[in-house]
Amino acid sequence: MSLALSLPEIRPPHQTSVGGKCFNLAEMEQHGVPVPGTICVPARAYRDYVAATGIRERIMLELGRKDFDDMRWEELWDASLRIRNIFLRTPMPGDLRTGLADALSNRFRGEAVAVRSSAPGEDSDAVSFAGLHESFINVSGIERILEHIRLVWASLWSDAALLYRRDLGLDVADSAMAVVIQELVRGDRSGVVFSRSPNDDSQTVIEAVYGLNQGLVDGTVEPDRWVLDRATGEMLSHVTPSRDQRLVAETEGVRLEPLPEGLSSRAPLTAEEVATVFDRAHQLEDLFGRPQDVEWTWGERGLVVLQSRPITALAEADGERRWYLSLRRSFENLKVLRSRIEDDLIPRMIEEAGDLARQDVEHLSDEGLAAEIDRRAAIYEGWVDVYWDQFIPFAHGIRLFGQVYNDALHPDDPYAFMDLLTGTEMASLARNRALEQMAAEIRDDARLEAALRERLAHGRDTEIDAAFQERMDDFVDRYGDLTCAVTGGARCGEASGALIKILLEMASHQSAGERRSRHSEKERSQSVTREEYLDQFEGEERARAAELLDLARTSYQLRDDDNIHLGRIEAEVLVAVQEGQRRLERRGLEEAERLGAAEVARALRDPDFVPSVSAVEETEDDFLIRARQLIGQPAGPGVTQGRARVIASQADLASFEHGDILVCDAVDPNMTFVVPLASAVVERRGGMLIHGAIIAREYGLPCVTGVPDATSLIRTGDALTVDGYLGIVTLTTRRGDPVDDG
Amino acid sequence: MNDPEMTRSERRAASALRELFATQRLAVLATQEEDGHPYANLMAFAVSDDLKTILLVTGRSTRKYANLRQNPHVALLIDNRSHQPSDIHEAMAVTVLGEAEEVSEAERDRLLQTYLVKHPHLEEFASSPSSALFRVDVDRYYLVRRFQHVMELHVRR
Repeated sequence: MSLALSLPEIRPPHQTSVGGKCFNLAEMEQHGVPVPGTICVPARAYRDYVAATGIRERIMLELGRKDFDDMRWEELWDASLRIRNIFLRTPMPGDLRTGLADALSNRFRGEAVAVRSSAPGEDSDAVSFAGLHESFINVSGIERILEHIRLVWASLWSDAALLYRRDLGLDVADSAMAVVIQELVRGDRSGVVFSRSPNDDSQTVIEAVYGLNQGLVDGTVEPDRWVLDRATGEMLSHVTPSRDQRLVAETEGVRLEPLPEGLSSRAPLTAEEVATVFDRAHQLEDLFGRPQDVEWTWGERGLVVLQSRPITALAEADGERRWYLSLRRSFENLKVLRSRIEDDLIPRMIEEAGDLARQDVEHLSDEGLAAEIDRRAAIYEGWVDVYWDQFIPFAHGIRLFGQVYNDALHPDDPYAFMDLLTGTEMASLARNRALEQMAAEIRDDARLEAALRERLAHGRDTEIDAAFQERMDDFVDRYGDLTCAVTGGARCGEASGALIKILLEMASHQSAGERRSRHSEKERSQSVTREEYLDQFEGEERARAAELLDLARTSYQLRDDDNIHLGRIEAEVLVAVQEGQRRLERRGLEEAERLGAAEVARALRDPDFVPSVSAVEETEDDFLIRARQLIGQPAGPGVTQGRARVIASQADLASFEHGDILVCDAVDPNMTFVVPLASAVVERRGGMLIHGAIIAREYGLPCVTGVPDATSLIRTGDALTVDGYLGIVTLTTRRGDPVDDG
Repeated sequence: MNDPEMTRSERRAASALRELFATQRLAVLATQEEDGHPYANLMAFAVSDDLKTILLVTGRSTRKYANLRQNPHVALLIDNRSHQPSDIHEAMAVTVLGEAEEVSEAERDRLLQTYLVKHPHLEEFASSPSSALFRVDVDRYYLVRRFQHVMELHVRR
């Protein structure tokens, strides 16, 4: 079979190879329905490409790092980013390239095209991959088209597509992708029609916008909507939005522009045209023998059908997947989200934390305290929802920028774009700088250092320079005691020596601040500058690229700051819970400090309630397991050796020493003050966009994330080699020999 | 030690070993020549239920027999590769370090039985007076999965 089929060449046996989208276009053309000029690249071309280039195995290695089910959304982002970069950087082998280039230049002769996915199995009755794979509108030139074919192939491995296949239990190893290359029909109105409404069997629904269809499909442009009687075509309702924008093709790609004067008061379709779309939809329903979901556009040639697929009785995406798919945000959408977060949500969080901090819980009755605990927990839960629904999707700004950057520059390191994001002012970096300034003072003042050591050994009585004491108090007021589990919880721990310990440790070693600036200089000489990035774009695109970079920097900063703000609210929950725990302890309840908010509230209300404490699992004694080499995700380049410091609870942080490798379950911003002392970071949680990775990158430290069971397989004192290039942690020796202790 | 995470890892590792040993019949045995040179052979193997002992049979006139008598430190390699490119991410390999010793008369019948359950067609060879049954007391296993994920499983004795 040829590697580039025109629609008249496609026969029923080709269906599984060209995919549903392509096969349906062929059916339509063969029945006289106007469709764009089309070439189908069957799945075999994909298979040849991934086999000949070795990409198939590289993908399986990437996805085989750990159990697929154990991969978090951030890790899927990363894996899919790396896979996409492999496709971007790997040209097609000679034969395939020549064959496709000839077919494409014969058919399209330099015209602009759309490059769309047509995965076999996609849009079948059972499953719909609608929206999961990528499509590109307005691509010109053979080289660009070939590159975009590779990008459509790569979208088979987009995180959303991976997650969807995981949910459906489809084997990722068997996946393949066909591609549709279509002449770009520059319709001035476009839309979709459901020959049978998903909401009402007796109706047909038509939606239409000015400009290209993509604006409607990705939700950027709100459509006019007509509901018609499915049997008679009688118009039942017409809902008009505030029409103000349209998506149009520009030199390359598409652009959103204000709707010209005069169009905003006019519906994109006349009543007669609505009837034409209705008739076409029902013709296609008859042709394919079932209700159809049709994308169309209206231009010089009149009504042209872009694609037609069966309406699947698709189960609603379950909660997790729907949330996950919501992470794919358009640039326009992200800009709206940004202003909501910056102008509304963050200020409200700060206000909320401040309000809670001003309320006194000690004078409440037990009943009142229980109610206050519940109230604070509910407020906190509300903000956790906001965090998942608004803040995490906003992190997509980083990814969108990464994609644009990688598409333009094809870098060796798929994360090179992060260098343009680091150095962004983050709350935890400001805190670390405050620490560093105090440490510098200690370094220069032997008497102050001696006094602090004395204080550490003998407690409060030791006199410390009043100005310095005031600075430490200010620090604790602002950032909390360092061993407190949540940010800003100044009252949640003892006023322990943690701060002094860390300051002395920082003072007695190389300045972390110097290390950071050295890192920045080194990086600056190697990495692409902002100007070099912007020079990849011209005219309006350049302005958009600059705007996207600015948006990405805000996303990046928020990845840290949002947790700090959320932590302040959590700290206020804790203040109330701890007051409750103290009262329960006075009442004689053992281990009250281990109880959660709900149990404390319940015990305060009901003196007879005895909460249970969970038991520890029995151990089998025949074997002793030790990790020798653990695989995670590379999250900060560099290789280093050092001693592990496993952080199980916040209190462990005080003993952190210069040069230690920070090993933890999940670095949160409240821990990152030890990062300037660390020589590397190892984290169980995975992904490039988690705090550990971001802070490690800020300080130029090797970092491996996504190491399963990191905190149980690695012990404090183990000698580690952290390979941040490949994402590998090797345990070289273990302090003592636990084999002999059995 | 009563770390539930660790216990879970131990169980997972032990069950991965059992699964691998159930599907594989041959191991690569590494011994050492008198001059220090390493020497490797393909051997039928069986493993005890508790995973602490691996059983091998060799003719007494072989070079590996001489090596084992001379230096009991051995390594074994057992894997499930399929000679496809996908082995790199799919295959699992286990390196075993242990001490080899010819089994005593007292335990010979019992251990030979374990060996023959796995390799019934080798009965004549294994029962011959010119063959020796060796037990390898396992000190540790190195499990390699997912290309570079390596766990050490130490046998407590």
